[in-house]
Parts: sequence; structure tokens; C-alpha cells
Amino acid sequence: MNKVSDDISKDLKDQPKFTTDIGEKDQDHHSFDLGEQTTLKKIQHFLHGNPTIVPVIILILSVIAFGFIAGGKFFSAFNLSLIVQQVTIVGILAAAQTLIILTAGIDLSVAAMMVLASVFMGKLSVEMGVPTLPAIAVGFISGIATGAFNGLLVTRLRLPPFIVTLGTWNIFFALVIFFTGSQSIRSSDIEVNAPLLHFWGERINLGGFVFTYGAFLMIGIFVFLWFLLNKTAWGRHVYAIGDDKEAAELSGIRTDRMLVSIYAVAGLVVAIGAWVSIGRVGSVSPTSFYEGNLDSITAVVIGGTSLFGGRGTIIGSLFGALIVGVFSSGLSIAGLDVLWQRFALGCLIIVAVGIDQWIRKVSA
Amino acid sequence: MDKKGLSIMQPVLVANKLSKKYGKVVALDSADLELYPGEVLGVIGDNGAGKSTLIKVLCGAVIPDSGEILLDGNKVTFTSPIEARKLGIETVYQNLALSPALSITDNMFLGREIRQKGFMGSFLKFLDKKAMADEARKRLSDLGLLTIQNINQLVETLSGGQRQGVAVARATSFGTKVVIMDEPTAALGVKESRRVLELIGEVRSRGIPIILISHNMPHVFEVADRIHIHRLGTRLCVIDPKKHEMSDAVAYMTGAKQPPQD
Repeated sequence: MNKVSDDISKDLKDQPKFTTDIGEKDQDHHSFDLGEQTTLKKIQHFLHGNPTIVPVIILILSVIAFGFIAGGKFFSAFNLSLIVQQVTIVGILAAAQTLIILTAGIDLSVAAMMVLASVFMGKLSVEMGVPTLPAIAVGFISGIATGAFNGLLVTRLRLPPFIVTLGTWNIFFALVIFFTGSQSIRSSDIEVNAPLLHFWGERINLGGFVFTYGAFLMIGIFVFLWFLLNKTAWGRHVYAIGDDKEAAELSGIRTDRMLVSIYAVAGLVVAIGAWVSIGRVGSVSPTSFYEGNLDSITAVVIGGTSLFGGRGTIIGSLFGALIVGVFSSGLSIAGLDVLWQRFALGCLIIVAVGIDQWIRKVSA
Repeated sequence: MDKKGLSIMQPVLVANKLSKKYGKVVALDSADLELYPGEVLGVIGDNGAGKSTLIKVLCGAVIPDSGEILLDGNKVTFTSPIEARKLGIETVYQNLALSPALSITDNMFLGREIRQKGFMGSFLKFLDKKAMADEARKRLSDLGLLTIQNINQLVETLSGGQRQGVAVARATSFGTKVVIMDEPTAALGVKESRRVLELIGEVRSRGIPIILISHNMPHVFEVADRIHIHRLGTRLCVIDPKKHEMSDAVAYMTGAKQPPQD
């Protein structure tokens, strides 16, 4: 009997006292949870409202990190300006790519479009005796036309942009080979017959920093597109279409017409890139920039623009391109093999998309 | 409003013998509808009665096979919601048709942006963000939606009721003659539904008539001046919610009871 009552009283002792134990525990748990959430949520909300902050932080951190790893050689004025030179073409392609990705699309054909436009510029002016400026104009028209062609296929045939541009990438590449017969247009020939094509490759030295004119043009393109996207109705409509196409349509936006115009503007930007690329590379090579398509997407994604559309900033893509440049430069100065540059870039892409997903959860 | 009063007034919107077939399915069978100035017309009907087809025809999303629509006594035709909207028929869709990643102001002026005056606007096509923000703020406070603090807040950060408010403010801002609201309280909680019903009253008090489609009988009976009961593709009757019980309406709707003859 005694034993049983002892057991019972022991059991009772082990029972938590509701008012004190559980009550306090529960409150503790509750407040702890709330505290944790607000800090993290605050960060999440802040990043959500300022999507460009992430690439800026990554850029600053990577510059500092490579400064330590690679030393003074990395931090030299020459090297820092070289990075800007090196990212010029990918940067311009990324600017065009941003427009497409903001509409929840993707353009796998930008680099092929660019090489095609540069082939027109080079062929006409160097080999067919057309004055350089009209030849450049034809290149611009080629860019606008190929861009609009993508846009028409996306809107008229209702095909996903991924498939359309996968197709046109091959088509444009084949056209490049057709027009050039796989032959490059030599730099020396361009210098003699159409020196204007090299204009954006000219360098100026600003206190040890060496910039090409093309680098300034790239910045100019980004600034122009920033104004277009943020200050005009056209720009707001780019975001609206990417955000919710049906809602945009019901709001009175002619989404199909808008999409064609967006692809055409992207094509024009790519054609400007074609001119800059001739200055940067020197020659017109049909097989150059083969990785430009994916590099531009990489820059846009690292720059914080969402692949789901409607979210992101054009300036973020500039930072994205610079981050890629800083990684390539820093890792090679540090003496790492190219394969590790790719490895690092791959990790960066996955982290960038992961952060984007996390930020997007704010609205859920 | 009594019947006598109505017969003197000219209806804002009239649907005359609208018909629509999908293959062999008759969705609308010479359906009529009248909307009078300053009233809330509830539209109810069983599932499949054709009320959503009727509404889609009125807002331009569906083109009828036959019949006509009169707006202020004039025959109108439109082939898209955009055209209907240009004529002053605004629709608040059930999914609201807002862009969540854009701000309240951007959403309110989407597709009808205000440009800056002079060179900046006409040549550079720059938007007058300040004018749009001021106008948006004014519209929202006119509707008593002062709880929204920041006009440049993204729509996705708003609650369901606030989003509904933005959509209604947008629908009532541009020389609107008729507002069609499709299930405005379906996705909302009790408190927010209450707020939206007040909002409907607010819009009515500003003289804009509303067609309210809802499955929620208490809501319809609370705010509607007249209730249009749709059955088998056509208008069965129009009842006065003050003189009929909700159970009567349901009985007419389902065919369990004959509608009043008047």
C-alpha cells in the first residue's frame, strides 16, 4: 500500500506544474521564436525591398577577399580597370538579358545575335566596300530584327522563350557560319578599311586606370535602361508582364505587342554590343563569344534578378557581371586553375538563386 | 427604391436578350439585365445558371452570339475587357488582376500612367510619379482606406482586404460608369469582408452603380438594393431584399419555389 502511494506521489512530483513550469516554458519559447523571427524577417524584408543590395555586398566582399588572397597585384589600378574591360561585352549582353528575364523569359540566343550583327558590320564595311556607318546601321537593324523575331515567335506561336531562343541560337549561329564561311575578318583588314569599327576599343588612361570607350558605353547603356525601366510606362509594363501577365493584360497593357518591343530593344542593345565587341576583340570571329549566352544569364542571376520574372534591377546585372569578372581575375591571379574559377562561379549561381527564393518567400 | 421610381429613371446599363452557346450548351438564353443609377444590383444563381457568362459578356471577356448592350441608352459593342473599360465599365476580378511586385501607385495607374508635362513627358516619356502618388493617395482616402500607410508599398505586402481596396479604388478612378465586382468577399475573412461591404456602400454613395456577383447570401442581402436571380441561362426574377427572405431567394434560384409574379 505504502509503496503504491509513494509511487503515486513520486509520479505527481514528476508531473510538470502547469501554472509555473509549462506556462513559463511556453512563454519563453514564444518570445524566443518571435525575437528570432523579427531579426531574420527584417533582413528578409529589407532585401526584398532592396534587391540590389545582395550583389553589392557580394561584390564588396569578393573584392576584399581577393585583395587578401591575391595581394597587391589584384588591387592595382591596372588590374581593376582590366576587370571592367573584360566584363564589357558580357555586361552589355547581361543588360539585354535582364530585359528578357524580367518578363519571366530567357534568351539563349543573345551572343549568337551579337556575332551575327558584328558579321554584318564587318562583312559590309571591310569586304564589300560599304561605308562604315551604314554598315553599322545594318548591324543594328539585324539586332532589332533578330530580337523582334524571337519576340514574335514567343507571342504568336505561344512557345516558351527557352525553346524559341534555343532554336534561334542555332539558326543565328548557322547564319553566321553561312555568311562568313567560317572565316574571321582580320583585325588588320578592319584597321585599314573600317577603323571606326574599332572605336569602342580605344583606351584612355585615367591616373593608372585604363578604360576602353566601350566600358563607358556599357555604363551608359545601363544608366539609359535604368531610366527606361524606372521612369517610363514602358518600363513599368516590363515588370507588370513578368509579374503577372494575365493581370497586366486585364489592366489594359497589350502584352504581346509589349513583349515584341522588349525583345526588339534587347536586340538593339545586343547590336550595340556587337560594335563594342569588334573593338574589344579586334577581329570579327564567327566562333567567338560562344559562352556569351550563358555568361549573360549568369550575370543577371547573380545580380539578383529573379528567373520567375517581375523582380530585379538592371543595375544588379552590372554588379553581377562585375562579380563574375572579379572572381575570374582574382582566382587566376591567385594562381588557381581555370576549372576552379568555373567551380566557384557554379557555387555563386546556386547561392544567388537560393537567396532569391528565400527573399521571395516574404510575400508567401 | 420602389418600382415606380425606377421606371422613370433611365437605366445606366441594359442587357437585352443576350444569348451565348458553347457547342450545344446554352449558357445564356436571351437574358436581360438592368442596372439603375446609384444602386447595387446583386446577381445570384446556382452553379451553371449562366451568371458568370452573363458577367463576362458585360465586362467584355466573352462576345455574345446575339443580343445587345446599352450603356446610357446607347448601343455599345466591345470585344475585350480593355474596350469595355474605355467605355466606363470597370471590373474588379475575383483574382483582382493586380501585379503583386509593383507598388500601389503603379498598380492603380497600370496601363493609364500620367506622364510629366512638357519635354520630359512628351519626348522622354517620363512618368509623373508625384502626380500619380498624390492621386492614388486621394482615391484611397476618399474610399476610407486610410489604413494604407505608404502609397509606394508593394501590393504583395498588403492584406487581402487592402488589395481588394486597391482594386476597387482603381476601378472607380477613371470616369467610371459601372463597376462589376466578381465575388469580392470570397477569399476574405469575416473582418475583411465587412470592410469590403462598407467599401461597396462607399462606392454607391458616390453615385457609381455596382453589379455584385456573390455566392454569399447574407452579403448580397446586406448591401444589394435589388437582387437579380439567374436561372437556366436567363433572368428568372428581380426581388427586393427587404421584402423577401434569403430562403425564398434560394428556393427561386433552385426552382423549388415559383418566383413572385410582379
